[in-house]
Amino acid sequence: MDIGCIPHIDEISAQHGPFCGGAEKRTHSFFERMRYDNKIVHSLREAIEKTGLRDGMAISFHHHFRNGDYIVNMVLEEIARMGIKNLTLAASSLTTIHAPLIGHIQNGVITHIETSGLRGRLAEAVSGGLMDFPVVFRSHGGRAAAIESREFHIDVAFLGAPSCDPYGNANGYNRDEESGSCCGSMGYAKLDALYADKTVIITDHIVRFPNAPFGIPESNVDYVVQVDSIGDPGGIMSGATRFTTNPKELLIAKMAAEVIEQSGYFYDGFSMQMGSGGASLATARFLREKMLQKKLTARFALGGITGQIVEMHEEGLIEKILDVQSFDLTAANSLKNNRFHQQIDASFYASYLNHGAAVNQLDFVVLSALEVDTDFNVNVLTGSDGVIRGAIGGHPDTAAGAALSIIVAPLMRGRIPSIVRHVNTVVTPGDTVDVMVTDQGVAVHPRRAELKARLLSAGLPVYDIEKLRERAERIVGAPEPIRYVDKIVGVVMYRDNTVIDVIRQVQG
Amino acid sequence: MQIVQPAVAGTMESSDIMIRIEPGGAGVELSLESSVLSQFGKQIESVIRGSLAELGVESARVTAVDKGALDCTVRARVMTAAYRGAGQENHSWEVKV
Repeated sequence: MDIGCIPHIDEISAQHGPFCGGAEKRTHSFFERMRYDNKIVHSLREAIEKTGLRDGMAISFHHHFRNGDYIVNMVLEEIARMGIKNLTLAASSLTTIHAPLIGHIQNGVITHIETSGLRGRLAEAVSGGLMDFPVVFRSHGGRAAAIESREFHIDVAFLGAPSCDPYGNANGYNRDEESGSCCGSMGYAKLDALYADKTVIITDHIVRFPNAPFGIPESNVDYVVQVDSIGDPGGIMSGATRFTTNPKELLIAKMAAEVIEQSGYFYDGFSMQMGSGGASLATARFLREKMLQKKLTARFALGGITGQIVEMHEEGLIEKILDVQSFDLTAANSLKNNRFHQQIDASFYASYLNHGAAVNQLDFVVLSALEVDTDFNVNVLTGSDGVIRGAIGGHPDTAAGAALSIIVAPLMRGRIPSIVRHVNTVVTPGDTVDVMVTDQGVAVHPRRAELKARLLSAGLPVYDIEKLRERAERIVGAPEPIRYVDKIVGVVMYRDNTVIDVIRQVQG
Repeated sequence: MQIVQPAVAGTMESSDIMIRIEPGGAGVELSLESSVLSQFGKQIESVIRGSLAELGVESARVTAVDKGALDCTVRARVMTAAYRGAGQENHSWEVKV
């Protein structure tokens, strides 16, 4: 056919000339084709080679396997053997199990790190000045925004998955068999798969096509690698989040539930999120009783989902669950079995660029804290000794999005006061915090005078936050200031990716 | 008060301090480990030394392992260890104001 006679033929986009015959017809059965024509590569090394990974690129990982994760260490070991250097490691978070990264940093394999948090030996080493380039800490929403705006570019994503088919449809559970590990939602991995130039799924369970429902679709996946084990199932997920028996935490949770009840945001059809941590999780328990009493139901719960939220969903108290990360096996099984338990990605969850982000639809959120200062600024990243020991998570995202953000913490932990004059590291600005609940009283941000009046008239023990700080100091004494050296080892980004604080090297 | 035998008071539990006291030493020789050493090390040391001084203990070897105890706990554990180490049971628990 002569296509030259077609008017404006050169202006038609995606036009590859005249048809010259279809591809050769394949007559093997679907079952046979799955075996020989797929995205499976034979080794991790082969996958890395095929992605074209080279010096100076950015690689990404998710943290859905928590402290049971084998993927980060496995991939970095192979990359180190291949002699690739100067990489940026962008993980949605890093934890104690990732201590071997110290060696890869010392050898120049990794020169830059982006993460939500650090713990254990790696965190201590970074706080001690291990890296030249400061670690960039972003919230889950801030990371999503950086990726989707393409301000942060991922060259290759290495994403572990408990199940995957030969074409890359991957998920955090396995519908075909009951064996193997399970992590529930793959919320933080979904966005990486979508935006990375190349995506490698690493799995220990290859199932038949199509692995539906899937968390990551094959259209976002380039290669699939099968390994013996993607992680330690015990570290990835424990049976059910333990319900705290600590009387102090229960007291705080009970008080937080009362604050919610009196706040004006406890109405039929409300929305909520409970952060991780004993007291915030326990708040759900007390709230449940109040919901039954008043015959109220919630439209949705967001998070960070635990078994407690699932129980409330299954008894009809919560209509829908939006799950970016499943905290326990009960939550993971619910994602698998409950139709209105929906897996969402990090942008859907918390990106400030996403007007409809779920955090923006929250009535209230209950969040933990390491330290809060008298301006209500919150630190969840550095310990009282100045050393990095936590993660930003969705803290600033949910605090900013929710109409009512409640911070829960004991007035002191052992000898360490939770309310101080100035937090070591500002992660969530006081402007977005509404109420602080401790075991010894409640403080309300002065910006919320109407809320304070409401809580006072309900008979709740509301004090000026400075009074709570003084009370703690009277009991524990005044801590000596932390000694830092000038070197900046961490940059803390707010959720809009502006610099909200820095972390300095601790004097050894 | 004279320390005549090794003695221990307290536990290694969170928010407690374990005090081991032994006879000997030139003055009070103190070795302190603490989970909050950088923030409260000096304060804990001054409470330990102050409590021993109040009891009239002039020489002893003291090993303290602190897990974030409050001052009142530190004082109570030091006093108990000292009484045990001195083999005394005529405790004077009154608080000096």
